[in-house]
Amino acid sequence: MERSLADTHVATSVGLAHHFDDVEQQREAGTLGMWAFLVTEVMFFGGLFLAYILYRSKYPVEFAVASNSLNVTMGFINTLVLICSSLTMALGVYFSQVGNRSLLILFLILTMILGLTFLVIKGVEYHEKYVEHHVPVRFQTYQFKWEPRASEARGAREESSRAVDTGHVEMFFWLYFAMTGVHALHMIIGLGILTTLVLMARRGRFTPEYHSPVELSGLYWHFVDIVWIFLFPLLYLIGAHLH
Amino acid sequence: MGEHIVSRKIYFAIFTALVVLTVVTWSVAKIDLGRMNAVVALTIAVIKGTLVVLYFMHVRYSSRLTWVFVGAGFFWLAIMVALTLGDYMTRGWLTIAQ
Repeated sequence: MERSLADTHVATSVGLAHHFDDVEQQREAGTLGMWAFLVTEVMFFGGLFLAYILYRSKYPVEFAVASNSLNVTMGFINTLVLICSSLTMALGVYFSQVGNRSLLILFLILTMILGLTFLVIKGVEYHEKYVEHHVPVRFQTYQFKWEPRASEARGAREESSRAVDTGHVEMFFWLYFAMTGVHALHMIIGLGILTTLVLMARRGRFTPEYHSPVELSGLYWHFVDIVWIFLFPLLYLIGAHLH
Repeated sequence: MGEHIVSRKIYFAIFTALVVLTVVTWSVAKIDLGRMNAVVALTIAVIKGTLVVLYFMHVRYSSRLTWVFVGAGFFWLAIMVALTLGDYMTRGWLTIAQ
């Protein structure tokens, strides 16, 4: 009687790929692989943060007044929405570990709803900026414009006698749209990943022994949350004390 | 050694800390502290990020090798920022002969 190697493994542990010794080793390899990817993401966003730091240190007045034109309340609410979504994602991972399929699906869907809420609020903010002509583009039909409000002009005078340079204000908005845009793209990709997880969970693909996709997608979701944790104070709050 | 399951109590405690710190960073931003505004905002952001990495992302309970991967990522980011700023901030220090 002959049994193939694959059969033996299926018999001993469900969800263990044949090239790993045991479930523990498989999980460790998955976690390290995911972190290797997240480190490249740290570098990717790090470049944008570095550009922000350099321009902000060069043009502090323009960055402060431009930052004041953002909707801080919406940014604050979105921060709370993302933190809530990180909690629901963490609880989803917990229920995949203890093998509660219906609660896993519930918390994955809650995470998706919160992620969508974030994107809708972001969309409203983008629309506000579009209407105010703060999108840093120069087309024939749409041009970037900057008309400082009275309070901002006063704040600028207090910080420096130098007049506000429109080009430097535009640079802030360029960084704002680049950083929040790339972040939103990560959120959209995250929603796609969560949809896949819900479908897999419905088919009963996850067990307490094998739920790496949930765990690793959780790492991704939390990472995107961390990026926003830094974006919120840097983009929205730098000029708040000048109001 | 099996997989470490973080309890729901810890998740809720971290969540509460993150919400409180978000409210703190929002309130402090309205007070004029001069140059310290940026320092306070970044310190709070670093604390929040560290909490997420350690507890939500389970690094606190992960292997030493995972710690090395995570640490290396942020260490290289620190090198990139520190050396670039070292360059930009010292450019005016030397007068180059025309």
